Amino acid sequence: MTELLVADRLIKRFGGLLATDNVSIDVRHGEIHALIGPNGAGKTTLVSQLTGSLAPDSGTIRFLGRDITRLPVHARARLGLARSFQITSVLRDFSAIENVALAQQAHHGHSFRFLADVRKDTARTEAARRGLAAVGLEARATVPASALSHGEQRQLEIAMALGGAPKLLLLDEPMAGMGPEESQRMIGLLHGLKQRCGMLLIEHDMEAVFALADRITVLVYGRAIFTGTPDEIRRHPEVRQAYLGEEAA
Amino acid sequence: MSERLFTPRALITTLLLVLLAALPLIAQAVGDRYILSVGTRIVIWAIAAVSLNMILGYGGLVSFGHAAFIGIGGYAVGILSANGIQSGWVQWPAALMAATVWAALVAALSLRTRGVYFIMITLAFAQLVYYLGSGLAAYGGDDGLNIGRSRFTGLIDLRDKASFHWLCFALLCAALWFCGRFSRSPFGHVLRGARSNEGRMAALGFPVFRYRLVACLIAGAFGGLAGVLLANEGAYISPAMMSWVKSGDLIVMVVLGGIGVRFGPLYGALAFFVLEESLKPGLDLLHKGWGEYWQIVFGPLLVIIALHAKGGIASLLGFRHD
Ligand SMILES: Nc1ncnc2c1ncn2[C@@H]1O[C@H](COP(=O)(O)OP(=O)(O)OP(=O)(O)O)[C@@H](O)[C@H]1O
Ligand SMILES: [Mg+2]
Repeated sequence: MTELLVADRLIKRFGGLLATDNVSIDVRHGEIHALIGPNGAGKTTLVSQLTGSLAPDSGTIRFLGRDITRLPVHARARLGLARSFQITSVLRDFSAIENVALAQQAHHGHSFRFLADVRKDTARTEAARRGLAAVGLEARATVPASALSHGEQRQLEIAMALGGAPKLLLLDEPMAGMGPEESQRMIGLLHGLKQRCGMLLIEHDMEAVFALADRITVLVYGRAIFTGTPDEIRRHPEVRQAYLGEEAA
Repeated sequence: MSERLFTPRALITTLLLVLLAALPLIAQAVGDRYILSVGTRIVIWAIAAVSLNMILGYGGLVSFGHAAFIGIGGYAVGILSANGIQSGWVQWPAALMAATVWAALVAALSLRTRGVYFIMITLAFAQLVYYLGSGLAAYGGDDGLNIGRSRFTGLIDLRDKASFHWLCFALLCAALWFCGRFSRSPFGHVLRGARSNEGRMAALGFPVFRYRLVACLIAGAFGGLAGVLLANEGAYISPAMMSWVKSGDLIVMVVLGGIGVRFGPLYGALAFFVLEESLKPGLDLLHKGWGEYWQIVFGPLLVIIALHAKGGIASLLGFRHD
């Protein structure tokens, strides 16, 4: 299997707090790599460095064999690095379908077109409709994103992340705040996406993690203390104490 | 935003445009030249307000220095004219170019900031131009300068009030048309998306800074055009046309009319001038000398409108902002 993303010895400090402590992690093609760890372990901080919204103090990030450590957020996205946010982040003023359409537009050349009418662009609308259908939101196409339920907004985020046919998805707790039924749907959805792209999945729901992940990395106090298969993780004493123990309590 | 021909709001907008178009004839019929001159100024400020709406309304960028573009457009015409270059074919492109270059400079620096800092930086840059203008002793300094109008020999005589009004009106229509296309274009959607959620747009792969920069260039060019027209309207330039008060007035027009609505700035500019022109004599009628303080009444009026009609006049007419 080929590596899509390789992060090497990342360090990030917030004042005196070492939020990312010499973390190396990689994600392979066709793999779901889960990132688990207690609250405040530095999971979101790590993902933000991978997407470019935070700059690491040191270390390098390679994506598709290319050093992207200094690339801005939008340039990484255009290379095929897509993200969903821990705190739902959609374009609230736009309809669901327009959210997806814009996500797709970002990957179709430049948008310095001032006179074309997007409403008359049936190919654009059709593609967006397919994108919505892929996450099961086609019936909600014209609803403003702000009026969608929490679970629907999470689904919409996935549809947006998939808009540019990404090579790697970074998903920050996609199931947070979802009911059991919605979670099951999401697990099914992510499972179906495995053929299309690699995923780095942050998730607290261990059932989902064990159902989906090929590999799991455990992050505690900014340090990656262990990386292995779900079975190895289950057996690892330090991990049980640091993380799974907490889950059981 | 889809416009059907016979909705009340479309009717009102159409009526308004017809009225503005027919103003020279109306002015002639009633023998009042003053209403034509006010009407022409409304049209010119509406162009400026439309251009501000492109970045403030669709882009969510609160530029507090828009009058600088008007000033630069006006001064470009005035300075060339004072140096014997009267041809509009030279003056106008030079003026638009100057305003656009200024927009590029201001945008490249101010777009790196957000919120209050953005407002302050755009204001500071505009003040810079303002003081530069007052310092130009050769071009009238604080007092301003009477200039000759641009010449388009054989095409149009700008000294003719009616022709000039129709030219301004045609350019306003062009600006409104462009704004309508622009708001529905791929570019307009990126700009509006960035207003809604900048971080999300970047994560989707849009270089937000670049799109905003280009929006500022377009708005700057249209602002410069308004300045060119204003200089020709009175055959006069002065720093007053680019004081921060004018930048504030433009924001008021956009907000009053309906932010992010295509025809909002037109309503706003109209309401602004009608209120100004009626409050002054109205207050004077109440008590001689009070007219000077018309803004004391105008200010609270704005607050009331802001509180009760969030989307401005346009929302009262049933426009949704987009
Ligand atoms: N911008 C910031 N400035 C200062 N400290 C920060 C910043 N962002 C995060 N932190 C701190 O860094 C640590 C890691 O935060 P992070 O959000 O990455 O954790 P997390 O693993 O995603 O937690 P959670 O499971 O709650 O989402 C926390 O102690 C947090 O308070
Ligand atoms: Mg987090």
